[in-house]
Amino acid sequence: DWDDIPPSSALEVISEEEAVQIIAEPLVPLQSSTLRDYVDHSETLEKLVQLGVDLSQVEKRHKAGQLLLTLDFEKNVKKILLFLKDVGLEDNQLGPFLTKNPYILGEDLEALETRVAYLKSKKFGQSEIAQMVSRAPYLLLFSVERLDNRLGFFKNELGLSVKKTKDLVIRLPRLLTGKLEPVKENLQVCQIELGFQRNEIQQIVYKTPKILTASKKRLKQTFDYLHNIMGIPHHMLTRFPQVFNSKLLRIRERHMFLAFLGRAQYDPAQPSYISLDQLVSLPDEVFCTEIAKASMQDFENFLKTL
Amino acid sequence: MAAAGRPGLAGLFAVYKPAGVAWGRVRDAVETRLLRELNAAPVRAPRQRVRFLPAPAPGGGGAVELVAARVPVLADHPLVRGPRFKKLKIGAGHRLDVKASGVFVLGVGHGNKLLTDLYNCHLTKVYIVGGLFGKATDDFSDTGNLVEKTTFDHITREKLERILAVIQGTNQKALLMYSNIDMKTQEAYELAVKGLIRPMGKCPPIITAVRCLHFALPEFQLEIHCLHETQQYLRKMVHEMGLELKSSAVCTQVRRIRDGVFTVDDALPRTQWNLQSIQEAIQNCQLKVETELEKTLGHGKSSPLYQLGGDTAEHALAAAEYDRDVMDSRRKEVNCSSLPPFP
Repeated sequence: DWDDIPPSSALEVISEEEAVQIIAEPLVPLQSSTLRDYVDHSETLEKLVQLGVDLSQVEKRHKAGQLLLTLDFEKNVKKILLFLKDVGLEDNQLGPFLTKNPYILGEDLEALETRVAYLKSKKFGQSEIAQMVSRAPYLLLFSVERLDNRLGFFKNELGLSVKKTKDLVIRLPRLLTGKLEPVKENLQVCQIELGFQRNEIQQIVYKTPKILTASKKRLKQTFDYLHNIMGIPHHMLTRFPQVFNSKLLRIRERHMFLAFLGRAQYDPAQPSYISLDQLVSLPDEVFCTEIAKASMQDFENFLKTL
Repeated sequence: MAAAGRPGLAGLFAVYKPAGVAWGRVRDAVETRLLRELNAAPVRAPRQRVRFLPAPAPGGGGAVELVAARVPVLADHPLVRGPRFKKLKIGAGHRLDVKASGVFVLGVGHGNKLLTDLYNCHLTKVYIVGGLFGKATDDFSDTGNLVEKTTFDHITREKLERILAVIQGTNQKALLMYSNIDMKTQEAYELAVKGLIRPMGKCPPIITAVRCLHFALPEFQLEIHCLHETQQYLRKMVHEMGLELKSSAVCTQVRRIRDGVFTVDDALPRTQWNLQSIQEAIQNCQLKVETELEKTLGHGKSSPLYQLGGDTAEHALAAAEYDRDVMDSRRKEVNCSSLPPFP
């Protein structure tokens, strides 16, 4: 009954043994927007931090923090980590991988194994699969039909041989996980607006597949400057497609500096020829000393007159 | 909070904005570079706490007893807490539009307060404007849609300079009108003789000085000193000059070479947007900015009100009244030397 036993008061005297057994830690908050409040109390989160997973990034993802808290390390997470090691990921790669794709810890193990088996049936080697998975962490979340559709799409659109398409996909597996409409539009832009032939497009895409995911406005602006103002013909651009990957501002400043010095010569037939990939990919100091044969201070002074 | 971290990262500095980039992107790029360098500094170690962990008892058998151990608190681990600095307060001074380039003043941390003070000083800015005779476009620059093409052989340097003199005359009248000075006083005459009159309130764009630097048909280059302008106003001016000369003109280049006390030499090019150069730039410009603010607004360390000390409301009110007196009556203490003598 409520009235028979009086409630114990906090000022009651108790013995030493009873006092030692009372554990009074602050309560774990029931609702929180960060994982910082739970990381000391959860074994899963502790082990993930030791692996190198960046929890500050994971907690920003949609429902990823909730997923990690509901998982149990021994039962679910351990099996998937061992599976990832079998696929070929190194220990130090597991942390960044899980930071970008924490949802894989909630996947079904058999589904993941079927997908890897499918990739192996398409004649992708073990190390190649490991490379693809580490570069595009969302790859293993796609079902077998979706992967099949996407590989088929790239083979049809690009028109390259099977071996070359596979090589392309291994180097940039992001193509398989990204959207397909922009890729199609980029190919259209290259053909119609920029005026490249089909075989030139194939060569460019094989050398720099990043063009397929670049923004169309930037592609058009860069090409406009390269072709109309710098006067570089199509076949030179096909030989050095890396220029499309770099920033327009960089190309413009360096070209104007070379034009000011009188060294803007991009025709291989003429003397003192400067190749486009050297123009774009070298760091500033090397560019100044070797290509422009001027000092860094001159380059900076010139930048301030533009 | 570690507000703008280290000593020295609070103040004003100038950056050279390249053409073709929006000013917001320049401000974001500078902020990103500074954040990257600040976050790369070593983090302090996570704090420790005492926990009682189960350990096998020394007596053997299955008994487990609690042992006190010092463990790091994981909530302080860098991977859990994230980067130390996520944002920096970087404010921008007078803006430049996409096609223009030149000196762009930015303020970090406490320097943002000085930005408003600098704006209230109403110092002139100097632009180098390049133009081309013979065509007219809809947005007055050479990348717009062509509206008309005209001949320009009849234009000579004298005709251009005559137009520039007319422009200077009208703008001089506007300058005198908006600076709210009683023209009939002796002080006003002396200030006008030295060329120290300028408006201290809201006013439309005024051009204080123009001259022609370079004239080679069809191109020409002007140096313009102005107040409260926008770059599109300068382009429109070039267009109108073309119309006055019975031809047409477009503006090819707008470049700011001076913004108040910051010149092109103080501006940092893109290769030098890093923590150390910015700290040095802030140090170098600090003295200039302080002297200018002190001269114009009466604030600063040698102002009598600062020496009184304290931050009470009456001192603030007295400071406001002092400012108003200075602005209204134009006493001789105000020695605005922001307009350099015309060479």
